[in-house]
Amino acid sequence: MNADLRTRLGGMDLPNPVVTAAGCAGSGRELAQFFDVAHIGAVTTKSVMLEPHAGRPAPRMAETPSGMLSTTGMQGPGVDVFLQRDLPWLLSRGGRAIVSIAGGGVNEFGELARRISDAEGVSAIEVNLSCANHADPAGRYFADDPAQAAAVVQTVRSHARSDLPVLAKLSADVPDVVDLAGACVAARADGLTMINTVRGMAVDSRTLRPAVAGGMGGLSGPALRPIAVGCVYRVHEAMPDVPIIGVGGVRTGADVIEFMAAGASAVAVGTVNFSDPSACARVLREFTEALDARGIARARDLVGAAHRPGTGV
Amino acid sequence: MRAPRAVGPGVRTAEVERGLRHTMSDNGPVQVRCPVLNVRRVDAYYAITVVAPGIAERFRSGQFVSVSVGGDHSSTLLRRPFAIHDVKPDYGGTVEFLFSVRGTGTAWLAERRSRDLLDVVGPLGRPFPLPRDPVNCVLVGGGSGSAPLFPLAQSLRRRGCRVDFVLGAASADRVFSAITARRVAETAVFTTDDGSFGTRGRVTDVLGRVIEEARSDVVYACGPMPMLRAVTAVAGTHGIPVQVSVEETMACGTGICMTCVVPVVGDDGITRMVRSCVDGPVFRGEQVRFDDVGSIPFDALGAPGWKGSSAARAAESARDIA
Repeated sequence: MNADLRTRLGGMDLPNPVVTAAGCAGSGRELAQFFDVAHIGAVTTKSVMLEPHAGRPAPRMAETPSGMLSTTGMQGPGVDVFLQRDLPWLLSRGGRAIVSIAGGGVNEFGELARRISDAEGVSAIEVNLSCANHADPAGRYFADDPAQAAAVVQTVRSHARSDLPVLAKLSADVPDVVDLAGACVAARADGLTMINTVRGMAVDSRTLRPAVAGGMGGLSGPALRPIAVGCVYRVHEAMPDVPIIGVGGVRTGADVIEFMAAGASAVAVGTVNFSDPSACARVLREFTEALDARGIARARDLVGAAHRPGTGV
Repeated sequence: MRAPRAVGPGVRTAEVERGLRHTMSDNGPVQVRCPVLNVRRVDAYYAITVVAPGIAERFRSGQFVSVSVGGDHSSTLLRRPFAIHDVKPDYGGTVEFLFSVRGTGTAWLAERRSRDLLDVVGPLGRPFPLPRDPVNCVLVGGGSGSAPLFPLAQSLRRRGCRVDFVLGAASADRVFSAITARRVAETAVFTTDDGSFGTRGRVTDVLGRVIEEARSDVVYACGPMPMLRAVTAVAGTHGIPVQVSVEETMACGTGICMTCVVPVVGDDGITRMVRSCVDGPVFRGEQVRFDDVGSIPFDALGAPGWKGSSAARAAESARDIA
């Protein structure tokens, strides 16, 4: 058996469905010490903003059951350094780049989309909608309001090169993720990435104060997986033609199969990269072995299997 | 890397295997599943020795390992970082690290026995820079922070440096390896908070005297942040350089999670929030902004309201990641 691992996402062809999640792999350089970044489907780079950002104060991280709570506050060098240093490195190694962008306002997203489009060799743009909207007096995220999210996606789509796929990264912290997904697709998102971290808190048992600076953090890791799989399932059910990258607590090849069965065309490895720096290569190997063991000839035949009776064994 | 598994034929599967075996450089860290040689109690601490030739051969003083805890399907996801305390050539190369039981992860580690396997990544981080000339070095450790100073002492001795130790802890059972310190160093001075061993007080109460008597040229220090801050101040008043190894909470140890940042002034005068795992854990003491640890200094690159000059931008663009 030689399973055909290829997958397709809104005009982007990937050799296999295993990608990295934004913010969990830098731009691939650190993890390349442990596996060949050209070998996985793509590297989704850490969300880049127009300007350098120092992020939030420490402590930024607390371990929680089967996961972690973190609040890095989008620390990064800004788009100039990303385009001069990080992106060329990834492309020089033969890596495929899905570039995550983040902004405080709609115009910043548009400018980033233009800058990323001007760079050679990018495979897709991912729009991080879980960042605070500076125009919102309550400091809510774009993803909190489908209309605001759609405005960002529409702006990115209109500023991005027309052949560059635009993926909207959705939050599960919304009343109805299907509404948010529908708004982004109506704004001409080519695909969806779901889900981002879920907001939560841990209290330090010694100090009795919130364990991360600022109180709330983003929960990530395997603790999230059922929430993420549920979101992917519901959105795929409502919009079966919209390609999805499933994200949330992927740890093994079996988790990739679960996300694809729920409706994902590709699956991102996130927090587990922190605990296992060769996780992407291991997950891809486990996934390939699982396909062979089950006699599945084409990985993409798995997409949405959970919606169809009789696909499994 | 994990142990390669048997795989069927098939071109794509073979490609997967090749990807797994890939390593970028001989000096970078490796991920190994290594057998425990022994676990021993050392006063208030535990020391685990693992057989890890790939880590042992790459190791330089000041570097650390990160160790998975709880097994492959553990709900305790994150690795625990530990400074490497000793490296020996036995069994092709062994690595020893020191820890105290603080939570479920370290409690699990303390229960390991010989031949158990541990998933270890290392060596990680930037090592202590070593002097070119045979100068006088004073090594200051607080609690388990003393651990990485012992291989450093050996490296310095091999270069003909004079080594003096100042080791401090809360109590006698937390002063690590006093006997070894006495053996390898010209002098060894101990302090405890409760006076149960050595001088009652802090390492900085005696450091100035040691620097003067030993005519120290450089200070190396590892321990809690307040200690490093005080040691840096003492070195400053004596006009000698100080290298500090910081202990900051980290999730990945490899430079991708961005949680272990500390404010550090670069050679270009610009303060950046840098990762203690890959940009450190060793920094020049006077470049760490100890007063601002736990905050974002207003003048740090990319701080709220920060307006980067074009020179700062250019410097940032030119700077390569470690």
